[in-house]
Amino acid sequence: MKHESGAGIARRGLLRMGVFVAAVAAVPTKLWAAITKPSAAFAATDMDGTFAALGQTPTESAGIIFTTPDIAENGAVVPIKIEVDESLLPGVRRLYVMVEKNPNPMAAMFSMIEGAAPYVETRVKVAQTCNLYAVAETDSGFFMASKETKVTLGGCGG
Amino acid sequence: MDLMESIRNAWRLAALFGLLVAAAPSFGEDAGIFDEYRAMFGDDNPAVFVIDEGEEYWFEPQGPKNSSLEGCDLGLGPGVVEGAYARLPRYFADADMMMDVEARLIFCMRELQGRPSEEIQGYPYSMRGDLGTELEALVAWLADQSSGMPIAPGQEHAKEREFFTLGEQLFYYRAGPHDFSCATCHGQEGKRIRLQALPDLTSHEGAAGAYSAWPAYRISEGVVRTMGWRMRDCFRQQRFPLLGVGSDVTVALQTYLAVTAAGAPMMAPGLKR
Amino acid sequence: MAGKIRIRAQLDGDTCEVKALMRHPMETGLRKDQAGNAIPAHYIEEVTVTHNDQVVMHSYWGAAVSANPFLGVRFAGGQAGDTVRVTWRDNTGATDEGETTIR
Repeated sequence: MKHESGAGIARRGLLRMGVFVAAVAAVPTKLWAAITKPSAAFAATDMDGTFAALGQTPTESAGIIFTTPDIAENGAVVPIKIEVDESLLPGVRRLYVMVEKNPNPMAAMFSMIEGAAPYVETRVKVAQTCNLYAVAETDSGFFMASKETKVTLGGCGG
Repeated sequence: MDLMESIRNAWRLAALFGLLVAAAPSFGEDAGIFDEYRAMFGDDNPAVFVIDEGEEYWFEPQGPKNSSLEGCDLGLGPGVVEGAYARLPRYFADADMMMDVEARLIFCMRELQGRPSEEIQGYPYSMRGDLGTELEALVAWLADQSSGMPIAPGQEHAKEREFFTLGEQLFYYRAGPHDFSCATCHGQEGKRIRLQALPDLTSHEGAAGAYSAWPAYRISEGVVRTMGWRMRDCFRQQRFPLLGVGSDVTVALQTYLAVTAAGAPMMAPGLKR
Repeated sequence: MAGKIRIRAQLDGDTCEVKALMRHPMETGLRKDQAGNAIPAHYIEEVTVTHNDQVVMHSYWGAAVSANPFLGVRFAGGQAGDTVRVTWRDNTGATDEGETTIR
């Protein structure tokens, strides 16, 4: 990957300080009606509390394909991927990522809107070896898949 | 086979090797247990932001002279950045000194911008909570400008060869409360600390895997770390005295490492734990 | 200043695969610096992905998303040349936006 020499700062792309509200206002209201932040779920400090805040303990579903590394080289960045087999679990509107032994297990919530596939890839902090949860919300309720990820502390220890 | 011959042979191999290796983010030579973890990162390395920041620093007028670093000669002529990192450390006649990339940048900041060495020396590397330092960003960008190019530290000048010898001696020099040397951990094949494989830095393969992969975005810290930082942190772990940024000791050790790695392609900035 | 959101949007049949990297410290508020002072919480709270001005995905994040976050999403109906935009808002109220065209 080469960069041209002699390029001025002005030549590079703009940092856009976009106004977030504009993007929100453009979307049909019916799709936005339910997307308020589930603050209680994000504030819960254990899995039971997180599920209680969401209103339901999910049941396991083979339709959730949850990819996490068996062993992470460092807990600061753990890549995860959630896919849904829609023939087994149709109508997924939301996906949640939870890390059992984090101070607050709820890491992220994703709402699929126009045309989005029930699919997400991201990277999360995992405080210590524990179960990670991929939770899918449909009109029929909450479903989940879980996997343990071991977290190591490498090298000379710092 | 003398040193120059082995470097020339390494260059011939590099021509072939360079064609085969893509300049993709690399975790280094650890294999097996973390393969799945590392594969999941794909090509998405946050070092890209730090590279851009480094480029901005290079062109930004700073210091009492309100000048950019565009006139900085990294060994290939003033302002020539493509390929320069891969040819360091080397002897610079204008300073009459052996320099690594960090020593040279600090020199250029002083000479071109009028900024005292202490400005960078006092805070060269990120501390916890920092997003990155100017030095880390510049080194990341310069290493990217050498991505895919063969490691080729200067070895024609007598001082360059002297520093290779000095670096090798320092590699085996035992010191500190644990009586460690670099060789204690990095002097043989097949060693590890916990789950991290320890490269044998005395071999071409081991040195190449290590030297080509720094600077790197270090995920445990969220910042780009340089080879100079890596040496300094190794010194800290051995309970050695603080290793000076751009000091003769770090330049000599890097010279030893780079010469041993010579010919292998640079693959930085990579991704490391 | 160079873009602080790097987006790649690639078509695979009818599915557009979006990969975005964002520049952000994602501080949890639980860390202390070298001097022992608490580093304040500073993290992205809300992210949207839009396709030609239509929001396709919306998300809420906690501080447990890793620093310099990565997000991969997929959506149907995209065509080469369409615009994909990623915006975020963090807990301090700061926002950022980046865009690319689908290849």
